[in-house]
Amino acid sequence: MSTPHRPEPYEDIPGTQVFDAQRLREGYHLNMFCMSLMKDANRQVFRADEPKYLDQFPMTAEQREAVLTRQWNRMLELGGNIYYTSKLGATDGLSFQNLAALMTGSTQEQYLQMMIAGGRSPNGNRSKSEWKNRG
Amino acid sequence: MAKLIAGVMTSHVPAIGAALDNGKSGEPYWQKVFSGYEESKNWLAEIKPDVVILVYNDHATAFSLEIIPTFALGCADEYIPADEGWGARPVPVVKGDPDLAGHIAQSVILDEFDLTIVNKMEVDHGLTVPLSLMCGQPKEWPFKVIPLCVNVIQYPPPTGNRCYNLGKAIRKAVESYDKDLRVVIFGTGGMSHQLQGPRAGFINSEFDNRFLDKLSTDPVALTKIPHLEYIREAGSEGIEMVMWLIARGALDEDAKEIRRFYHVPASNTAVGHMILENAPY
Repeated sequence: MSTPHRPEPYEDIPGTQVFDAQRLREGYHLNMFCMSLMKDANRQVFRADEPKYLDQFPMTAEQREAVLTRQWNRMLELGGNIYYTSKLGATDGLSFQNLAALMTGSTQEQYLQMMIAGGRSPNGNRSKSEWKNRG
Repeated sequence: MAKLIAGVMTSHVPAIGAALDNGKSGEPYWQKVFSGYEESKNWLAEIKPDVVILVYNDHATAFSLEIIPTFALGCADEYIPADEGWGARPVPVVKGDPDLAGHIAQSVILDEFDLTIVNKMEVDHGLTVPLSLMCGQPKEWPFKVIPLCVNVIQYPPPTGNRCYNLGKAIRKAVESYDKDLRVVIFGTGGMSHQLQGPRAGFINSEFDNRFLDKLSTDPVALTKIPHLEYIREAGSEGIEMVMWLIARGALDEDAKEIRRFYHVPASNTAVGHMILENAPY
């Protein structure tokens, strides 16, 4: 499990992991793995044998599992940062918009249409108290 | 002496660059974005700046988690567009102005803004998309660029107030430079957006439009917005808007708004754009 986060005021914002010093420490190796995918040569080695490539990075077993199974929200909960995990996305041919659809549990078309209609409203999405009854 | 003549604020969404590079700018979805910049391109071509100071953030490209400078000033001769995982954007190499950049670094550091000096750096969409929006697809960029890279990824970014005051120090530095140059400052990023997690797609048009109003007429009010409010009200990546306050700080408090544009969406993001001119010197 990820370490419980200190009770900062921003922890009340739903569906949001603020990338602070605690998450930096937790996610350092996960994010630096993603950073390595900026180089095409590394992307090719990674694609050829993902578990073996990950052996170079001292990530936790949970982080490793989240990467191998492409659990995009779980990576963020375990200290991943979207600007880094998006490099894994790019390796898979996924854009930021593609990833956003996956992380919000939408189809690509539903997400596109939500954005064209003005995006996700702030109403009902400001505080965790407003998300209590979500399934 | 050098003159700081105007400020250009704009979002820097990567998909805008991809749309342009892949010949999709004429599609209705993207036309709504690009049409907002047509008059602005003409304006920029007409005022012909010698140098643009371009405030932006690096997206885990030149800087990783190994080194995280809060403010990094580019003092190099040139900056190569980076491969961000998709191959580098097919845009010209960005030419710097190391002499003016060095002068700015010296001036603002002695003014107690402790910048990091960068002499070698690749630049990502944060810097090249605003250039594309304002210049189109030229063979060479029509001016030199001084990149000012701001950390907005690792919490906490600098405060809006700190950014605004840095902008003032930059203006002072520009105006004490002994060459007769015309300088424009770009503030980029924003507006409301969230890229991460189950709240991705967050857009707050009311917040954005209030921000644009205040940016024009009462920028000091914006310097008081706490980080918590940006994240809650404008999305976790909406906090990039503090970078606009650096550019705004380099302008007259009563600078003249000559252009404004707001559109939702470009990919995950609300696109905002404003041009403000200083009173003629």
